[in-house]
Amino acid sequence: MTREPLLAVDRLVKHFPLRSGLFGKSAASVRAVDGLDFRIQPGETFGLVGESGCGKSTVALLLVKLLEATSGRIQFAGRDLAGMRRGALKEFRRAVQIVFQDPYGSLDPRQTIRSALMEPLLTLRVAAGRAEARETVVRCTALVGLDAEILARLPHELSGGQRQRVVIARALAVAPRFIVLDEPTSSVDVSVQAQILSLLEDLKRQQGLTYLVISHNLVAIRALSDVVAVMYLGRIVEMAESAELFAHPAHPYSAALISAIPVPDPEAPRVAALAKGDVPSPVRVPPGCRYHPRCPYAESVCRQEDPPLIELRQGHHAACHFPGVAGLVSGGLTA
Amino acid sequence: MVDGADRAVVLEVADLCVELGIGGTWVRALDDVSLTIHRGETLGLVGESGSGKSLTALSVARLLPDNARVVRGSVRLLGEDVLAKGARELDRMRARSVAFIFQNPTTYLNPVLTVGRQVAELFELNPELLDSAEGIGRWSRRELGRQAWRKSIEYLGLVKIPDPERIVTQYPFELSGGMQQRVVIAMALARRPDLIIADEITTALDVTIQAQILSLLSELRRSIGMTLLLITHDMGIVAQLADRVAVMYSGRVVEVADARSLFRDAQHPYSKALLETVPTIHGSRAVFRPIPGSMPALTDAPAGCRFHPRCAYVLPECSSVTPLALRTGPGHTVACHRYEAPAG
Repeated sequence: MTREPLLAVDRLVKHFPLRSGLFGKSAASVRAVDGLDFRIQPGETFGLVGESGCGKSTVALLLVKLLEATSGRIQFAGRDLAGMRRGALKEFRRAVQIVFQDPYGSLDPRQTIRSALMEPLLTLRVAAGRAEARETVVRCTALVGLDAEILARLPHELSGGQRQRVVIARALAVAPRFIVLDEPTSSVDVSVQAQILSLLEDLKRQQGLTYLVISHNLVAIRALSDVVAVMYLGRIVEMAESAELFAHPAHPYSAALISAIPVPDPEAPRVAALAKGDVPSPVRVPPGCRYHPRCPYAESVCRQEDPPLIELRQGHHAACHFPGVAGLVSGGLTA
Repeated sequence: MVDGADRAVVLEVADLCVELGIGGTWVRALDDVSLTIHRGETLGLVGESGSGKSLTALSVARLLPDNARVVRGSVRLLGEDVLAKGARELDRMRARSVAFIFQNPTTYLNPVLTVGRQVAELFELNPELLDSAEGIGRWSRRELGRQAWRKSIEYLGLVKIPDPERIVTQYPFELSGGMQQRVVIAMALARRPDLIIADEITTALDVTIQAQILSLLSELRRSIGMTLLLITHDMGIVAQLADRVAVMYSGRVVEVADARSLFRDAQHPYSKALLETVPTIHGSRAVFRPIPGSMPALTDAPAGCRFHPRCAYVLPECSSVTPLALRTGPGHTVACHRYEAPAG
C-alpha cells in the first residue's frame, strides 16, 4: 500500500465568489469544494459519490485542470498541476482525459464521428499524421464495440449508448493513463447502462487505466470502484474500500444514501428515508458537522464541532462524532 | 383502506393502437395496449424511453400530441368511453377524474404566483372541494378565499411539507425540487381524482429526496386509498410501490403480473433481462448482464416480436409472428412465443 499514488489531492478548496452589490463586491461564496484529501493508486478505480450540489463535478474539473483551485494542491504522477507549463501541460492534457455526463453535448453536431475522434490525435500530436490518426480511430472504435461504419455519421444519427461509446473512444484514442468519468451512465437507458459499465471495466483491464468515477448512482459506483468516497457539501464524509463501505457505512449520510436505493424486490424492507429535509445551500454551510440538520442522530456536539475525517480502521475513514451509529438500522444493497 | 374483494375498475384500456405522424408516414407507437386498474390499486408501468409508457398515460386523458391518432381500441374511465367524449365532458373529466404529476415540477408551477395562491385557486374555482358543513353558496368572496387558503395549508400538511403556513407565502423558486414536487402532489390530491398518473416523478430528484417522496406515496396509498398509475423506468421503485406491474417494450405490453410474481418469476425474456441489468457483486468483482443492442426506433421496429433481435431465447417464429398475450397464471399474462406451446 506504500506505492506512489498516481493522483494526490491535499487540502483542495474551490470557492466561487458570488457577486452582489453596486460595485460587484463579493459578499459570499459558494463553497463547492471545501477541503479534500485523497489519493488514487495506479490501476485503481476511485468512486466519488454524492447528491447534486455536493461539489463532485467541481472536483472533476479541478482534477483535469479546467478550473484552478482556490487553495490546496493536486499532484499527478508526482507533479504539481499548478506549476505545469507548456511541455508538461501538453503531456498532462494527453495523459488525463475526461468523459462528461452528456455525450450529445460533448460532440459537435456538425462534425462526423471520424473527425471528432481524429481531432485530439492531431491537436495533441499523438499521431504522426492523418494516416496514422485514421488507423488509431478505427482501432479505438472497435475497442469500444462500435462498427467502423458509424465513423461517417453525425452525432444525431447515433443512439444514446453509441454516443457514450464514441466519447469513451475519443478519450481512449490519445492513450491516456487516467480518465475522469463524470456520470458515465446517467444519460443512457437502464438496459444500456450495464453495457457501458462492463465496457469500462474491460477497457480498464486491457489498457491498464486508472479511473475516477463520479456519480450519484450508487449501483454504478459500487460496481466499478475499488475505493469509494462519499461527498457532502464540499467535503468527503466517508472513504473506504467499496465492499467495506457498502457493507458497513459508518457515516449516517452514507447509510442514508445506501438505504435510499429502491431494491428491486417487493418483499425487501421498504425504502427508509433516513435523511431529513433537503441539502442546505453550499453558500450557507451549517456550523459544526455540516450534515447535522438532516441527521436523525445529531447531538449537541454535532451542532458545534466540525468532525475531522479520521481513520476508524485500516483504510476506512469517516467524519462523524458517532461513527457507526446508523449501522444497526441500515439495510442497504444485498450482494 | 380498500376492501380486498371485487373492487371497481377505474381505468380500462383495451387494444389501444396509436399512430404518430413522423416524416410524412404513420408509425405505430402503441400496439394493442391493454391495461386495467382497480380502485385503490397501484399499477406500475415500466419501460425504457421510447417504450410508449408516457404515450399510454397521455391517451388516458386524451392529451395526445397533435401528430398522434388513435387507430383502434378503447379507453374507459369509470366505465365511460374517454375517446367518445365531447369537449366539455372531456374538460370536466380532466379537471376532476384524472390528475397528472410529471417529472419536472418547475414547469408545472406558475413562477409568478405564491404556492398558496396556486393551491387556493383550485378550491376557489371548485368550492365543492371544500366540503364545508355550512352553505358554501352563502359565502362572500372573501370568506371563500379564506376557506380556500385554510384548505391549501391543510393539503400541504398532508404531503408532509414542514411549516405549511410559511410555505404558502413563498414562490416556487424558493422551494427545493423535492418540496416543489410535494406541492404538485398536494394539488393533484386536492381535486380528489379517481386516478392519479405519476410519470417519472422522482427521476429529477436526488436519492435521499426520492426516498422521502416514495415513502410519502406509500403512506398516502394506505391513508387515502389512492388509485395510482405509476410510470417509471426503475424496477426498484416499482418493487417498492406497485401492486401490479405492466412491462412495456417498443409500444407493446409484454408482461402483466402482480408485483410479487413478476419479481419472483418474470416470464418475458425482456422483463427478466431488465431485472438482471442491476449489477451484482461476487467477491470483489462486479458481474454485468447487459442486454445486447438497444430498443429499435419506432420507424424501423422489427417484424414479429419487437424484442427478438435482442432476445437470448429467440425461436424461428419470433421474427415473423407477433406473439399474443397469453395467461400463464392468475393475473399473469405474457406475450412471448415460448409460452404459447400447448401446456398439455
